[in-house]
Amino acid sequence: MLLSLSGISRRFPGVVANDDVSMNVAEGEIHALIGENGAGKSTLVKIVYGLVKPDSGSMKIDGEHYAPLGPTEARAAGIGMVFQHFSLFDALTVTDNIALGMDNPPPMRKLSVRTRELSKNYGLPLDSGKIAGALSAGERQRVEIVKCLLQNPRILIMDEPTSVLTPQETKTLFKTLRKLAESGVAILYISHKLKEIRALCDRATILRGGRNVGSCVPSEASIGDMAEMMVGSSLKSPVKKSRNRGKVVLEVDNLCSDADSAFGIALKQVSFKVGAGEILGIGGVAGNGQEELLAALSGETKVESNTIRLKNEPIGHLDPDARRILGLLAAPADRMGHAAAPNMTLVDNAVLTGNRRERLSSRGFINWDASSQFCQRIINAFDVRTPGTWNTAGSLSGGNLQKFVIGREILQKPDILAVNQPTWGVDAAAAAAIRQALIDLARNGSAVICISQDLDELIEISDRFGTLNRGELSDIRKTESLSTSEIGLMMGGAHGVDVAHAPA
Amino acid sequence: MLLLERRPQPSRFWIYSTPLLAIAITMISGGALFALLGENPVEAVLAIFWEPVFGEFSFYHRPQILIKSGPLVLIAIGLSLGFRAGIWNIGAEGQYIIGALTGAAVGLAFYPMSGWFIFPLMVVSGAMGGILWASIPAFLRTRFGANEILVSLMLVYVAEQILAKMALGPLRNPDGHGFPGSRNFQNYPSAHNAELIAGTGIHLGIAAALVSVMFAHVLFSKHILGYRIRLSGEAPRAARFAGVGTSRIVFFCLCTSGALAGLAGLFEVSGPSGQVNIDFNTGYGFTAIIVAFLGRLHPVGILFAGLLMGLTYIGGETAETRLGLPSASIQIFQGMLLFYLLAVDVLSNYRIRVKPPKTRSSA
Repeated sequence: MLLSLSGISRRFPGVVANDDVSMNVAEGEIHALIGENGAGKSTLVKIVYGLVKPDSGSMKIDGEHYAPLGPTEARAAGIGMVFQHFSLFDALTVTDNIALGMDNPPPMRKLSVRTRELSKNYGLPLDSGKIAGALSAGERQRVEIVKCLLQNPRILIMDEPTSVLTPQETKTLFKTLRKLAESGVAILYISHKLKEIRALCDRATILRGGRNVGSCVPSEASIGDMAEMMVGSSLKSPVKKSRNRGKVVLEVDNLCSDADSAFGIALKQVSFKVGAGEILGIGGVAGNGQEELLAALSGETKVESNTIRLKNEPIGHLDPDARRILGLLAAPADRMGHAAAPNMTLVDNAVLTGNRRERLSSRGFINWDASSQFCQRIINAFDVRTPGTWNTAGSLSGGNLQKFVIGREILQKPDILAVNQPTWGVDAAAAAAIRQALIDLARNGSAVICISQDLDELIEISDRFGTLNRGELSDIRKTESLSTSEIGLMMGGAHGVDVAHAPA
Repeated sequence: MLLLERRPQPSRFWIYSTPLLAIAITMISGGALFALLGENPVEAVLAIFWEPVFGEFSFYHRPQILIKSGPLVLIAIGLSLGFRAGIWNIGAEGQYIIGALTGAAVGLAFYPMSGWFIFPLMVVSGAMGGILWASIPAFLRTRFGANEILVSLMLVYVAEQILAKMALGPLRNPDGHGFPGSRNFQNYPSAHNAELIAGTGIHLGIAAALVSVMFAHVLFSKHILGYRIRLSGEAPRAARFAGVGTSRIVFFCLCTSGALAGLAGLFEVSGPSGQVNIDFNTGYGFTAIIVAFLGRLHPVGILFAGLLMGLTYIGGETAETRLGLPSASIQIFQGMLLFYLLAVDVLSNYRIRVKPPKTRSSA
């Protein structure tokens, strides 16, 4: 075996990222590492690449003990890694970027020749004189791959490589990876896209909750089998909720929006309806349009007015405050700097969204007494642990700040509340409190849209369920009618919306 | 080993103490500098900080300090709005020049007519000139994403060229025997920004500076617009989420600071300076940046910082005449002040801890 891991465990405060994981990777093998987000894939490869040290367990390369102290040693041992997000200097040329990424760069002229050779041999079309800023996502990735290949790696780790690629670029990438494998390089391929894995990989190891729960030969296993292994039977089967869906409050109709950054995702014809008293869960792995969907709902991104209708009124063109007045409130995923301003006081942060509905200002003058009372009400109602209202938001723990953010919106009695990743990085007790608050809100007749990548959470609280994949929304199904394997399939994008076909 | 440890929230004590600490360090290193020049450091520092206010000739120096501080405070208050919002207007000097030019041009156009309306009209057009000049970077930033630091800074040099052209061309005094420079406003009562109380140095510009301090204080402590400005600076994404229109904030902050800088220019040209001339601008627009930061971007802080900076100007002159110190030394002094202020700022966000050196485990 080229690389073998045995009994790797790694704990972080509050979570076990890897629990006694053992696996082997052979020479020339394309080995998939699959699992939901939070299953421990990233931590495991970071351990292999020397970025994280395992608490226990050992690794071997060619049967020899391998314990890297850092990425430099990992590279010296023949391990290369292409990260999901690239680190290129936009103003420099491809060759400059490659040289900067090497431990011992050769003279520029030699480097440029070797780059050309490599890109020819492995089908990585690349213009080495081009400025990095002018490259497409696929080309940028090629630069990263070449950066790794120049170090002659024996094991190449690819972290979600296709998440930023077009179908055409994906095809090219797969060809390259196959060629590499033929020349003996082992590839550790992280993904949750089962279709791609079936097309590309020789073997797959499935992680769930930090544990190795089995392996299979993807071309022989069905996507359904793999999905079920990935999601697991630990997922509680959906239970019938006693809530009834009332009148439609919000209607999203053919919503499209542009990607807001290089790594953003454009929303493609998203349509759904939410009724009073129901929770619509939207699952999917973060980075598939979740941020963009919330921004379009909250009003941060303005869209065509008729694509979002609140109680039959077109509101797509309105700004966030105008939507708040009409009863649509939102809570973005990132509490530090987006949902709340970390360096400002809790009272300031209460004014942030509460100004209009709670009448915290009149004729432009802020009523600080009323604001501070509103802030205190949030703190009391949602058990936010803080010495006082005049503390900065950034001084609160993640769970407490998240309770504050969600509480701030709920106390304003929204007709509809849209939340993104409401319990991300929050301790179990706070997460439970936040979920209960959302359920109570729906029970009192508000509509709730909960975007989350925590499947358990969505199964627990949502009445209907859909997934976002590359900016496209799946069919929305009643949660209680879904089996766990169906949910797994929807997560993996195998319901016909994933366009990353690869030659089989 | 010294360790910097991030505080959970900025220390209130240090936020208010760092300016004083910076002043103290400036005095010490300034003193060291003077000692190297062969002067008695204590005497030199006293000449700068003590003599003008309490010395023998303080009856002359005190009004001078106010005259210097007025425009600094007025401009710095405007700048502080933008700086709080993360909008960096570095070109107040240009807005100051253009405000002076437009205001003066209106006044000169009425010469030799007399009327109560002339001076108010000059004030309005001075402010408009500043707004005009500041709206260029505002427009370019909101429309094309151009960096307002560069645009506003470069416009200073454009304004200087226009000033030279005006002083030598259209605004030149026809009765001036060919010398550059406009008519002197001191000889044109309807357009003269005279002292409000004779002998105190207090003119309308200083009154305007005080009003601007109060205005800014109310804006930041009570008004939703001030809140939005703070929010835009502290957390731009949260501001967007709250529904703050970024373009509106950019325009408001740049145009208000342009208006105040323009006003400062107008009050200066029609008062203490008296005429449009090639060397009319003396760098108030740049020094005001130091004043704004020295005052912690807080209106009251800016008031004190402006007075202190005015003092260093006058003190520098006394040191120059009394001790023969080079005139550049006072600029070094001001520069050090900003440098130390930014450096000790780290104390409000971090605490210093002494930790015994740990042996690094190495490969």
